[in-house]
Amino acid sequence: MNYRAIQAIYLFEMARTWRTLLQSIVSPVVSTSLYFVVFGAAIGSRITEVEGVSYGTFIVPGLVMLSVLTQSISNASFGIYFPKFAGTIYEILSAPISYFEIVIGYVGAAATKSIILGLIILATAGLFVPLHIQHPVWMLTFLVLTAVTFSLFGFIIGIWADGFEKLQMIPMLVVTPLTFLGGSFYSVNMLPSGWRTITLFNPVVYLISGFRWSFYEIADVSVGLSLGMTAAFLVACMVIVAWIFRTGYRLKN
Amino acid sequence: MSPIISVSNLSKTYGSGFKALKDINLDIVKGEIFALLGPNGAGKTTLISIICGIANPTEGRISIGGHDIIRDYRAARSMIGLVPQELHTDAFESVWATVSFSRGLFGKPKNPDHIEKVLKDLSLWDKKDNKIITLSGGMKRRVMIAKALSHEPQILFLDEPTAGVDVELRKGMWEVVRTLQQSGVTIILTTHYIEEAEEMADRIGVINKGEIILIEDKATLMQKLGKKQLTLQLQNRLDAVPPALAAYSLELSDDGHAVTYDYDTKGDRTGITSLLNDLRNAGIRISDLDTRQSSLEDIFVSLVRQV
Repeated sequence: MNYRAIQAIYLFEMARTWRTLLQSIVSPVVSTSLYFVVFGAAIGSRITEVEGVSYGTFIVPGLVMLSVLTQSISNASFGIYFPKFAGTIYEILSAPISYFEIVIGYVGAAATKSIILGLIILATAGLFVPLHIQHPVWMLTFLVLTAVTFSLFGFIIGIWADGFEKLQMIPMLVVTPLTFLGGSFYSVNMLPSGWRTITLFNPVVYLISGFRWSFYEIADVSVGLSLGMTAAFLVACMVIVAWIFRTGYRLKN
Repeated sequence: MSPIISVSNLSKTYGSGFKALKDINLDIVKGEIFALLGPNGAGKTTLISIICGIANPTEGRISIGGHDIIRDYRAARSMIGLVPQELHTDAFESVWATVSFSRGLFGKPKNPDHIEKVLKDLSLWDKKDNKIITLSGGMKRRVMIAKALSHEPQILFLDEPTAGVDVELRKGMWEVVRTLQQSGVTIILTTHYIEEAEEMADRIGVINKGEIILIEDKATLMQKLGKKQLTLQLQNRLDAVPPALAAYSLELSDDGHAVTYDYDTKGDRTGITSLLNDLRNAGIRISDLDTRQSSLEDIFVSLVRQV
């Protein structure tokens, strides 16, 4: 293993995070606060409780997941897209470094950033509603697993994209709708049964459900299923990344 | 001595069906400066990209210091520093950060003294904390050279190193390259400036349309193809070269007022003295004379035209 190369890429990417601290941290915190004002205070005051938890408290895990998902994808996709766009990828490709190490460096940095962000948002939420986490270890497990999985997914998008439009397309058109419809702001059980069945095809439901369970022990689907689905998505992303590097897709000709 | 780079039967066909390289065989000797010349689109950059791991070969094998570039890519690549033709830099990084990053990427432990030396050699030391975006084109080019040298490579690829660099700086870069060679680094450069190859290279390879059409020591090449030519203006018009002068294979100009004689300055005898004697004996009077040596550029142009 070329640990120094992994370290170099990781620190390089983290340096970019610190350099762009304002937009990296401040804007998600501001938008989360807005969600709290709108959904928690304005609308939430009309919805008293969801499955025994106050509405404001209920949406916390979903909001954290919403940010972690979108940030993981945008961090990781930008992280690998930019060297491709600027041409500096030549150096990565010519270095004595394996594909596996490249992925650890980029995906590790992107996931780290979104985990930090998730925790900041959690702390911000704590300012609005009382928080209590029943299973902190599971909470962190879901957080890390989701951050890594979606950073990998972002990495794939970053490699696939050959323009800034494409870089934005998947997060805008696919991920945001799936997240909104994935039970961030409501319990799947609140839906009519036909919609509930359709919702179960949305992978994000499992992430949010499992994550919410680690807070309040309430879940739309069983925790084991949540964990299994998340792991399955992680494996799927790994397989695609492995294929990308084996074939040199969009990287080497 | 076994070559430090050995390319055998290398071919590259792009997805579009375009054959960029056709059966390339090339050995680079340790410690030499090898200049790869060729017109635009000849395959120079493709060849370098494959050797450095940026593009995949279609056929053939390459080994670097005995390490296969695919099977043993770590050992092979860690020997190489690459300065690509295009100015690809991280705009918002400082010079120091980007050069240190390159060293880490190649798996070398931190060594601020070495980075300092590289930056000083390339006159970048006072810019070390500047963001790259604030630098001029020539400085960016040197930053890229610094990145390539950051991990102490044994082989340095310079793809058009002095394109867009002013004369003063170009001379400075030649100095850097020579110093590197003296420290044992093997250098492969591609260039459009034939003057540069003539100035720097120990050996020259010419590539055209994906094929290597010539590899030769520069001195031999200059000697073999770089003939000198003597042109004699005649006072009186000649209809034909007199039989007594047949041995010199003189060429008579169309108007009959000049003859040209090809000779080799490196040979034991140039034959000029006897030619002048024989001309006088034949009663031919000379009004003026002129000699010229063909440059590498002439050689290059004639080679590329032939193909």
